[in-house]
Amino acid sequence: MKQEIIISGFGGQGVLSMGKILAYAALMEEKEVTWMPAYGPEQRGGTANVTVIISPEPISSPILSSYDTAILLNQPSLDKFQPKVKNGGTLIYDSFGIMDTPTRTDITAYKVDAMTTAAEMSMMKCFNMFILGAYLKIHPIVKVESVMKALRKSLPERHHHLLPLNEQAILKGMDIVTPLHLQP
Amino acid sequence: MNDEILLLKGNEAIAHAAIRCGCDGYFGYPITPQSEVLETLAALEPWKTTGMIVVQAESEVASINMLYGGGGTGKRVMTSSSSPGIALMQEGISYMAGAEIPGLIVNVQRGGPGLGTIQPSQSDYNQATRGGGNGDYEVIVLAPASVQEMADFVDLAFELAFKYRNPAMILSDGVIGQMMEKVVLPPIKPRRTNEEIARECPWASNGMGLKQRGVNVITSLELDPAKMEEKNHHLQQKYQAIRDHEVRFEAKQMDDAEWGIVAFGSAARISEKAIETAREQGIKAGLFRPITLWPFPIKEIGRLSHQLKGILVVEINAGQMVHDVRYSVEGRIPVTHYGRLGGIVPDPDEIVNALKQLQGLAK
Repeated sequence: MKQEIIISGFGGQGVLSMGKILAYAALMEEKEVTWMPAYGPEQRGGTANVTVIISPEPISSPILSSYDTAILLNQPSLDKFQPKVKNGGTLIYDSFGIMDTPTRTDITAYKVDAMTTAAEMSMMKCFNMFILGAYLKIHPIVKVESVMKALRKSLPERHHHLLPLNEQAILKGMDIVTPLHLQP
Repeated sequence: MNDEILLLKGNEAIAHAAIRCGCDGYFGYPITPQSEVLETLAALEPWKTTGMIVVQAESEVASINMLYGGGGTGKRVMTSSSSPGIALMQEGISYMAGAEIPGLIVNVQRGGPGLGTIQPSQSDYNQATRGGGNGDYEVIVLAPASVQEMADFVDLAFELAFKYRNPAMILSDGVIGQMMEKVVLPPIKPRRTNEEIARECPWASNGMGLKQRGVNVITSLELDPAKMEEKNHHLQQKYQAIRDHEVRFEAKQMDDAEWGIVAFGSAARISEKAIETAREQGIKAGLFRPITLWPFPIKEIGRLSHQLKGILVVEINAGQMVHDVRYSVEGRIPVTHYGRLGGIVPDPDEIVNALKQLQGLAK
């Protein structure tokens, strides 16, 4: 199954690295991947986003007009990318700081209180792994084992003691994601 | 998973490939969006393994002149930069062409003019394919469209540069440089020994083989106009040989195509997606991707113009390659252009719309 994904949020939320770990996990499963970041000054405190495409077939464009799944971690990202989710697609958002929640009824929206949960569990550094867990619950495009392998490969060894914490965050993220029921 | 299969940025792939294909030296100066080339080389420390040297030069002008010196001794040397930095190098590239010095220049393009923007662009097409510096000269220009090709074209560029004693350029852009994809690294090729260089580059000025061959002089200067004209004729003959033998391109879904998109590098990747969408809507479109921008596939595009009803040229610039396509087509069919400027990258749907406009025009 092909998935065209946009992940967008504030710089520092781990948007790019979450995309990288997802792409790496897909590579472990011998899938085709592209990871295309917005690499401008927006990384430094503004909004950051990355397009990740995972496919069993060779991938054409790394730049997309619309997405199967949008993972949106702040209000500006939600405003910008909600209209670009394909009809029947998926929108996942963190409710923290969101005033205007998703409105489209032709897509499935999911809420994940990752920011709040990560803060309660004193695991803010794993925030993006809560989100990744939520995504994998809805679209199990790669196995959690592959994500853990990807983390082991991409984290420097001095951080390997944090691997169990990351796994815990992924599993918790799977628990706390809930569909948003909109009135058509 | 094979250890040689990695998830890399295009810029990182260039650095890995350079070390593996026997590059002797890299000279460069950081600039977004290509800084990862120098960063990756510094992190990989090839001077400890293959003996390849890596120098952060004081400027782009210094880098290209180090390339002149290194290439003049028959070494496989390279530099990389992005558009404003490549503009600074044009004098050195012209001198290399004049003195027939091989070397590899990588341009990971960003938007201009001037300091411009750090976002992707393809607006250095004219500069790359028209020489760029002074004099009647050409640079061999390869346009990668994937991270894999970023890796593969390093060795190819060196091979061509040495075969023809001419500078070669990899013309990439911020999309291909910054994105990560799966890449199979090229096979390891050891650096050439001094004896091999002396044998393969009898023209090189490296202090070796003086007894056998006398002194080699590397220069672009010749004050006698008769000799200089002769020199220029020699260069032109060489360029004709490159045009005759080194054109490279890729055609996709062209067999039954009625409408063609001609695009290179990242614009070709985006156009491929547009072609998928267009075909879903019943528009029989195909992609022609020049891989060598110089020499340009003039004959191949000329032949296509007998089959197609129209051609859309997609470039991330205001219309540069479109002139080469029109030259190739010789007015037989309509040729239109679609591009975005200033660091904005077109998305596939915009290209589908431009294709529909071409259809309207051709009817």
